[in-house]
Amino acid sequence: MSTTARPRRRDINVLLVANRGEIARRVFRTAREMGIRTVAVYVAAESDAPFVHEADSAVRIPSYMDSAAVVAAAVAAGADAIHPGYGFLSENADFAQAVIDADISWVGPHPDVIAAMGDKLEAKKRAEAAGVPTLPSSEDPTAGSAVGYPLLVKASAGGGGKGMRVVDNADVLDELVAAARREALSGFGNDTVFLERYVPSARHVEIQIMGDSHGTVIHYGERECSIQRRHQKIIEESPSPGIDDATRQAMAEAAVSLGQSIGYESAGTVEFLVDDDTGEFFFLEVNTRLQVEHPVTEMALGGIDLVRSQLEIAAGGRAAGPAVVQPMAAIEVRLYAEDPTSEFLPATGHLHTFCAADGPGIRWDSGVEQGNDVTVSFDPMLAKVTAWGADRTETARRLARELEELHIGGVVTNRDFLVNVLRSAEFLAGDTTTDFIERVDPPRELVLAPNELQRAAVVAAFWLQGRNRDNDLKWGNLPSGFRNGRLPPSAVSFVRGSNTLTVAYKAQRGGLSFRVAVASTWLDGAAIAGLDLDSTVRVLGWSSHIVDLEFNGMRRQHQVTASADHIWVQMPTGTVELALVPKFVVPGATGPSGGFKAPMPGVVLDVRVRAGESVTKGQTLVILEAMKMEHHMNAAEDGVVADVLVKTGQQVEKDSVLLTMVDDDEAGDGQ
Amino acid sequence: MQPTGISAMGSTIEPADAPTRLGTRRLKRPARPLLAPPVISSVDPASAAFVKNRQDMLEQLAVIDDLLDDADAGGGERAITRLRSRDKMPIRERIHHVLDPDTPFLEISPLAAYASDYAMGGGLVAGIGIIAGTECVVMGNDPTAMAGAMTPYSIKKWMRAIEISRENRLPYVSFVESAGGDLRISPSKDDSSRVPGGMQVDHFAQTGRFFYELIELSKLRIPTICVVMGSSTAGGAYQPGLSDYNIVVKEKSKIFLAGPPLVQMATGEVSDDETLGGANMHAEISGLGDYFAEDEMDAIRMCREVVSHLDWRKADPSPPTAADEPVLDTEELLGLVSRDLRQPLDVHEIYGRIVDGSRFEEYKARYGTNLICGWGQIHGHTVGFLGNNGVLDMDAAEKGTTFIQLCNQIDVPLIFVHNITGFMVGKDYEAAGIIKKGSQMVNAVSNSTVPHISLVVGGSYGAGNYGMSGRAFGNRFTFLWPTAKIAVMGPKQIAGVMSLVRRGQAARQGIEFDEAADAELVAASEEIQERGSLALYASGAVTDDAIIDPRDTRTVLGICLSTVRNAPVKGAEGYGVFRL
Repeated sequence: MSTTARPRRRDINVLLVANRGEIARRVFRTAREMGIRTVAVYVAAESDAPFVHEADSAVRIPSYMDSAAVVAAAVAAGADAIHPGYGFLSENADFAQAVIDADISWVGPHPDVIAAMGDKLEAKKRAEAAGVPTLPSSEDPTAGSAVGYPLLVKASAGGGGKGMRVVDNADVLDELVAAARREALSGFGNDTVFLERYVPSARHVEIQIMGDSHGTVIHYGERECSIQRRHQKIIEESPSPGIDDATRQAMAEAAVSLGQSIGYESAGTVEFLVDDDTGEFFFLEVNTRLQVEHPVTEMALGGIDLVRSQLEIAAGGRAAGPAVVQPMAAIEVRLYAEDPTSEFLPATGHLHTFCAADGPGIRWDSGVEQGNDVTVSFDPMLAKVTAWGADRTETARRLARELEELHIGGVVTNRDFLVNVLRSAEFLAGDTTTDFIERVDPPRELVLAPNELQRAAVVAAFWLQGRNRDNDLKWGNLPSGFRNGRLPPSAVSFVRGSNTLTVAYKAQRGGLSFRVAVASTWLDGAAIAGLDLDSTVRVLGWSSHIVDLEFNGMRRQHQVTASADHIWVQMPTGTVELALVPKFVVPGATGPSGGFKAPMPGVVLDVRVRAGESVTKGQTLVILEAMKMEHHMNAAEDGVVADVLVKTGQQVEKDSVLLTMVDDDEAGDGQ
Repeated sequence: MQPTGISAMGSTIEPADAPTRLGTRRLKRPARPLLAPPVISSVDPASAAFVKNRQDMLEQLAVIDDLLDDADAGGGERAITRLRSRDKMPIRERIHHVLDPDTPFLEISPLAAYASDYAMGGGLVAGIGIIAGTECVVMGNDPTAMAGAMTPYSIKKWMRAIEISRENRLPYVSFVESAGGDLRISPSKDDSSRVPGGMQVDHFAQTGRFFYELIELSKLRIPTICVVMGSSTAGGAYQPGLSDYNIVVKEKSKIFLAGPPLVQMATGEVSDDETLGGANMHAEISGLGDYFAEDEMDAIRMCREVVSHLDWRKADPSPPTAADEPVLDTEELLGLVSRDLRQPLDVHEIYGRIVDGSRFEEYKARYGTNLICGWGQIHGHTVGFLGNNGVLDMDAAEKGTTFIQLCNQIDVPLIFVHNITGFMVGKDYEAAGIIKKGSQMVNAVSNSTVPHISLVVGGSYGAGNYGMSGRAFGNRFTFLWPTAKIAVMGPKQIAGVMSLVRRGQAARQGIEFDEAADAELVAASEEIQERGSLALYASGAVTDDAIIDPRDTRTVLGICLSTVRNAPVKGAEGYGVFRL
């Protein structure tokens, strides 16, 4: 128990949220409901982020990790409380102390508790002391056999999967420990690691607890967060479909008893690993903050508000148990800007559209809006989407449908992958262990039947047709494509992945119905002239974001968004991105040939070659860092570096050219 | 059921309370809709006459449709294949690509050279379309038809294209690829079989007029853009020479006064096409080529870019308006006119099916009722209509004269709907001054300065054609329905008159009149006259702008009314309106 004096209790009038994105908006919403004024802090790169505009006032700071700047902002804005959200400074005991020292209420547990739980080894000791079962482990990174294989190397100061390695046998232990140390050092500034038993068929289940300053600790049931990629959660739900009531009860009691033993205050989460084969559970860690996935608990329990409880407790109030006894099924997915087909690497871009259907029984917690840029600077989570209901299967279906209806374009996301997970038989059966993605391997992207792809191309073509008419300021109200003589059919081509589609059409009298042919290739003028336009399209409505279209007898309204070179068509199962094949190409406007491009946005860590240097296949040319992971860019062929276009430390976007290569022969000719 | 307008549909999917989800559509509202009530129709689409008329009209349209396919085929499939094998596009494809996608294109005289030996269309395509948001005249030689050589028909179409550009102040875009003049035509030969309809070229000295007119456009500050897609030899070389902007295509454009054979004949110098007049030479050395394109598509891209920089401002940029479609069914336009032009036609029924909301404000509804005058709107453009409900008599001529003056007073364009056998003749009418009244109307028509558009739906005979602002009266556009007939008088009347003349001659000379021979002559003459007056013959001889499907009338007039507003629309001044 701490010896430091507890902060003074008082009402909160002005609340600063030391965070960004969806969690800042989430906290602002409750604060507003409670009549509390709000203050945002933001960095220059996020001047136009939605959360900045939603606060009553906003203070620019150099970095979200700059605790002094945050405290100074709170003082300047007259804030009497700080909510840290999750991530950034939320589990930084020094920051919590600095807040308290500035006579500002800290919405969270005592700094000493944060410090103790932040050290995984210390946390484990406290858990053991409280009688909570833990995994066999060792602080000695060579004691593999004592712990037993398979085991996990983890960074003491880490979290979120960084600095973590699975070790299958003793042969590779030293090597993987070294790798984990390097990553821990670069990620957390501390290379201490420890070993822990690894449970192959496991579930990740956590108990939401809430403690108050009067010594009460209660729980709000569990969340299962087993479905993870790169050791990070993407789907969470409550209740867990994989544990029985006895286990549930035992875990909850263990969590409460640990919370009580450490004098836990505010919202916290006690994470457990459940062995799916034996039903045993083991303590993993305590997260001394509000979790990303807290909406799962809120919606499962009938729409309670954990942030409200946090704020009430920070003001001296009491933790109160949920009124709902029988929880509903609630499922949350995390929509990430990332590429599931490319190891879930973060993606960036401009959100040309981000338009949710907002169907019934759906909660959106979103940090971005249409028109925002998604950069590498911050966590690539775009939004959390939560569905709830009495029936788990129906809830999963509703959530899948909501995701499918999301009209999004401009940034690659895991949306289609999430849908495929939610619709998989394994997920619906509750067979959700932590190896779900490797084991079930749901399709990583939207799987589209050929006729649906054709329809998407037709929709794109006729939305463009409508836009062309809308842009016609001279004859805009005259029928589309009117001809009193003969001109060739109009044709527009699109590319999706390895598919090219051409839609050719001729307007019928009135310009609202068309004779159409769809070809699965690009066509030259002779081929277009020879097409049999044997399908019919009727355009029943058009607006700048919608086309209402009947194609071969099937009528649907589709949302459509276009950029200069892409068009996004909303289909029943998701958004189809089509690259527009330009009609005219400016000669010489294409990039350098033989260019070596960045596969993802990131920072250049090292350039290993110079212009004129000969390289062999597989040789590392450039090292990129993205989301604190190193990526080696290796030569695909033997060749000679013609030109190096980047330097160490430079930020690069996806597809920017890093260097250009020529093959040996060409280089020889030039000399 | 009428096709609904796009903007009307828009509202069904755009609830006003969800603007962010559904986006917005540019607002297009009529500036000043007419307040007049809609025309009330008395047409019975189930009547035997209507059904027959419709059937006849569809048959005539099917004939035209086939002829348009012939025009599309240009110089034939083999020539097109050969053209494509040289990385070249047929002219219609070039035009299609230069136009803003999905915009309308009004082709001028697509059936030129009908009933002649030349390819349908005359080896040249011309029309009005939108390039980079600018209404332009677009014309191009068809290199598949005699290598784009000039024919009497293509020359007439070319002149017409320049005329449209000049009168309406439209930038002029040409795709040039022409072997030059058709050397087979000579004034010494009788070409009447190959070139009917008075289209023979009398003398070489006449042929240079288009160079004069081309450079006149420039003088009038109307931009001329010449895209040289292929050979542009001898006289043809002056097309780029006299244009404001030239685009040449790598390895395709050949521009020289004389090709290698003639040069060798004249001076003994041996050369090749590319050195003598290739795109490279002209872009880098002679300076004739302003823009150097990699290929045809690149040239078309450059052409669009040039038009975009013109920043072309219409004299009257009346914005498009969300006009109501006619309330009456436009499909019924097919059944209004009988092939037998003696059957009456109420022109109100036509007005009601082409004007916005079918609204028509009739002027002097109870006076001179053989001519129906009044105001309507077409795609938001207010126009004055003059349409025949019978022969032009004194009252009708008088009413028409005043109406033309009224429209000139308020700068409103006029649309003349022809179904006219002429001015009334006879003792009483002559005595009552039909010549004076008719002359008044012809005078008003001639000196009216607002744009005139003629729509010939039935007969257009004799001075009636003049009174109704026929082609010779400098109207901006003339369109025919397939039922149109244009002549000095009806075939029966001509044949009959000729018979009476012969009978008179015989009597004067005291010869016995051969009734049987005369009957034969009358029949033959009637047939020739009938054939010569048909719409297709007129259109083949390029004496109108096109035969149109009656259902397209509203669209075609909409295009024309927008087009004419590139030049100032200004009525005649000098006197007030004479109340005649």
